Amino acid sequence: MNDSILKTLGVAFTICLICSFVVSSTAVSLRDMQNENKANDKRMKILQAAGIFDPSKDIKKQFETLEPKYIDFNSGKLLSGLTLEQFLSEHKGDYDQIAATRDSRYSKPLSTSEDIAIIKNRENVGKFYLLRNDDNSIEKVILPVRGYGLWGTLFGYISIENDFNTVAGLEFYEHKETPGLGAEVDNPKWKALWSGKQLYRNNEVALEVIKGKVPEDDLNLSYKVDGLSGATITSRGVTNMIKYWFSDSGYANLFSELDYES
Amino acid sequence: MNLNRYKEALFKPLIDENPITLQILGICSALAVTNNLTVTLVMCVALTSVCAFSNLFISLIRNHIPSSIRIIVQMTIIASLVIVVDELLKAYDYETSKKLSVFVGLIITNCIVMGRAEAFAMKEKPLLSFFDGLGNGLGYSVILIGVATIRELFGAGTLMGYEILPLVSNGGWYMANNLLLLPPSSFIIIGLFIWAIRSYKPSQVEEDDFALSKHRTNEDLTKRELNV
Repeated sequence: MNDSILKTLGVAFTICLICSFVVSSTAVSLRDMQNENKANDKRMKILQAAGIFDPSKDIKKQFETLEPKYIDFNSGKLLSGLTLEQFLSEHKGDYDQIAATRDSRYSKPLSTSEDIAIIKNRENVGKFYLLRNDDNSIEKVILPVRGYGLWGTLFGYISIENDFNTVAGLEFYEHKETPGLGAEVDNPKWKALWSGKQLYRNNEVALEVIKGKVPEDDLNLSYKVDGLSGATITSRGVTNMIKYWFSDSGYANLFSELDYES
Repeated sequence: MNLNRYKEALFKPLIDENPITLQILGICSALAVTNNLTVTLVMCVALTSVCAFSNLFISLIRNHIPSSIRIIVQMTIIASLVIVVDELLKAYDYETSKKLSVFVGLIITNCIVMGRAEAFAMKEKPLLSFFDGLGNGLGYSVILIGVATIRELFGAGTLMGYEILPLVSNGGWYMANNLLLLPPSSFIIIGLFIWAIRSYKPSQVEEDDFALSKHRTNEDLTKRELNV
């Protein structure tokens, strides 16, 4: 009698019900731990971009040595004083920049001509980090960047030396690029190429990922990074990402202010 | 309760009826996740538990599964278990789960799990099916661990991240074989395993589908043509 229509429907329904219950209850009960893991992973990437990650120490403790700062992208200036307090209390000290891009109160859509990195919505406020020397002067700035690659948006952090022109490190904490091709953005050897590269030439963002290998006698050696072979579109996406975030609508105006502060 | 049957279900798949080397099932993940022993061990635990529990649950309800939708029912159970395992990994071992990425999810389509559910759990009692799933998962694990040990040791000079053979690039003496870190190398290693097991147990050798004809040289052919 197993094959009667009623029994077939009944079994299908019961199995689905039980399975969905099991799956959803595990997902819900483990969500907090998974989010904590994700947050720690992101913290680790920020520390790695800054070049100070020590795997033997607690990630959270190390992360506290970095000083969070907030930039208002509309004016290009740091949030400070009353506006900063207001902003922090509004977000209860737990501001998620990526979540803000999905909320029209905290973000604005970019026009096509402006949106070279294809990020669609740009948050009003960005959260970045300062690494300070012992004498309280700025050693490095660690800035969040993102841009569209081939299959999805690459999310990462880039750290800049205190001349606000030299790249110190680059890390991606989330991307959907093809393993073995575009996903080579995670390759430590490739990421190491970024250290020491220059961002600006005559006040224009000049740093780019080129096609192929940079010749060693190239005069603009410090403005070029080797392309990822077989991943032209990802490489182009990374270039666009740099071009956008270090333009005037990104961090360009921030640097003069930080210069003053340090 | 016949103890021998349980023993057989648990131990036979290790060498005698190994799902990878005899049935050539589930080798897709054997290629992808074997360049690092730690990752491989996690994958083996994941697959073995999914295989054992899917067999158990399917066997529990085997008398009530309508034959017209049995594959879907099996898949639903297997998929749910895989999602649970994936969620657990993300919560308790985030680093490894990131390295395994889609391959945990792909256990759903692993032929070993599906094969045991359809071939064994649909007919046998729950506990026996559980042991059969366990045995087959372990059979898969034995081969994977073997492949991973060879690949990591000779490809990177390490085992589970600990240095065993000091590499030339780190001032040691061992020149790493980079081929072993690429997926095709597991094809070669699995092939060698199959050869070793079948030399040891000739009963596993399959009969040729087509017999190879005797090699003939050009001369033979020209002679034959002249004769005609």
